[in-house]
Amino acid sequence: MRELLPLSMLGGLLGLDVVCFPQMMISRPLVGATVAGAFVGDTGTGLLVGATLELIALATLPFGASRYPEWGSAAVVGGAIAAALHAEPAGTVTVGVLATLATAWVGGWTLVKLRVWNAWLARRKRGALEHGSRGAVVGLQLAGLTSDLVRAMLLTAVAYGLIFPVARAMVALWTFDEHVSRAVTVGAASAVAAAAAWTIFHSARGARWYFAGGLLIGLLILAMR
Amino acid sequence: MTWVSIFIRTLAIQGSWNYETLLGNGVGFALEPALRQLPGGVRSDAFKAAMARESAYFNAHPYLTSVAIGALAKAELSGVPPERIERFRTALCGPLGSVGDRLVWAGLLPFSSLVALIAFGVGARPLAVVAIFLVIYNAGHLGLRVWGLRVGWTRGLAVAGALANPVLRNGPAWIARASAAVAGIAIPLTVARVVGPSRALLDGALIVGALIAGGLVRVHGRVEGWKLVLVLIALFALVSVAR
Repeated sequence: MRELLPLSMLGGLLGLDVVCFPQMMISRPLVGATVAGAFVGDTGTGLLVGATLELIALATLPFGASRYPEWGSAAVVGGAIAAALHAEPAGTVTVGVLATLATAWVGGWTLVKLRVWNAWLARRKRGALEHGSRGAVVGLQLAGLTSDLVRAMLLTAVAYGLIFPVARAMVALWTFDEHVSRAVTVGAASAVAAAAAWTIFHSARGARWYFAGGLLIGLLILAMR
Repeated sequence: MTWVSIFIRTLAIQGSWNYETLLGNGVGFALEPALRQLPGGVRSDAFKAAMARESAYFNAHPYLTSVAIGALAKAELSGVPPERIERFRTALCGPLGSVGDRLVWAGLLPFSSLVALIAFGVGARPLAVVAIFLVIYNAGHLGLRVWGLRVGWTRGLAVAGALANPVLRNGPAWIARASAAVAGIAIPLTVARVVGPSRALLDGALIVGALIAGGLVRVHGRVEGWKLVLVLIALFALVSVAR
């Protein structure tokens, strides 16, 4: 568990990126899980988890005030768990994806609570804000940023600390073949991606034909291998 | 230095996002370096009145809020009457929100993701995959923020015309078509690399994935795909461990 502190710091930074700062999408699972894998010593496994999750994340775009999973901290947890367990590869990608999804669900809930907390802080400062207090505006912003960083660090630490022993036990008992496990996991993820693609793009004129054309190219590339 | 400071602050514009004032405090926070230049500085009544006005409720896409920041900085420093600034602020929310959502969340983000997944699918190394995603996405992201500040400052309260820019007006449809094509290529290639060398498993994963996707499209809005996947994978893991 020596990795807990650096991972929670990484999870804090990536969790902060989801909404607060700087929203450069370093919090996307493709990035978060890969970097976490590199932290633990197996970038390749982190990337496999990240790519699978990225397919799923296409369905959860951060529109306005909608509730969505918090991928930043969660991807660090899942990518690190899978990378740390890579010596027994059979279930590692599946367990990493599962750990991420569970953490992302809880993380989304913590984001809602953070927004409620920010509103409470804003209400307390309402008088000062209405009088144009520079200190109140800057203080509120810094308090929100700090709270989010702490939220994401704690989430990463708690989730990794709780899930890692369970994941290790699961991988030790895993009975399906490595490739079967990966096929089931990425097959399910691809379903979410395809449905999300249809949802996002179908209203654009001709988009379904572009999708069909792309699919044909993708399948041709696979057939030629 | 003021513009650098404002730009960096716009990156943290959602720092205190909440269900009451939404982006409001962030707008005040980002504008504060510009408002310091009001006559009398930070202790003046003009500064305090402007800070109070600019920190009130505001809602828009976070990246395109830069357009509002630039325009509001110009309006405040030019001495535009407060009522006009408030009306302008309210009127900008809707267009900046809907254009940004379609251009960025439903356009640039999935497009960048899918291009990076194609790179993954054709065997690119981890660093290359991550770099491709971050470079494509942030070229658009940071470019949009810089453009927004510039056009807002240049046009002031007449900035609404800038939203008729062809990139903002037609960009979402172009990106949607490109993303649809890229999605068609990326999904099978990504599945293939994760599955590994077995042709039968790849075919099985693609066929089952297509069937579930069809079901998800039919029940669109009633079932969240990622939650369904969580349940399916959890069940699979349970079977694998318990059998």
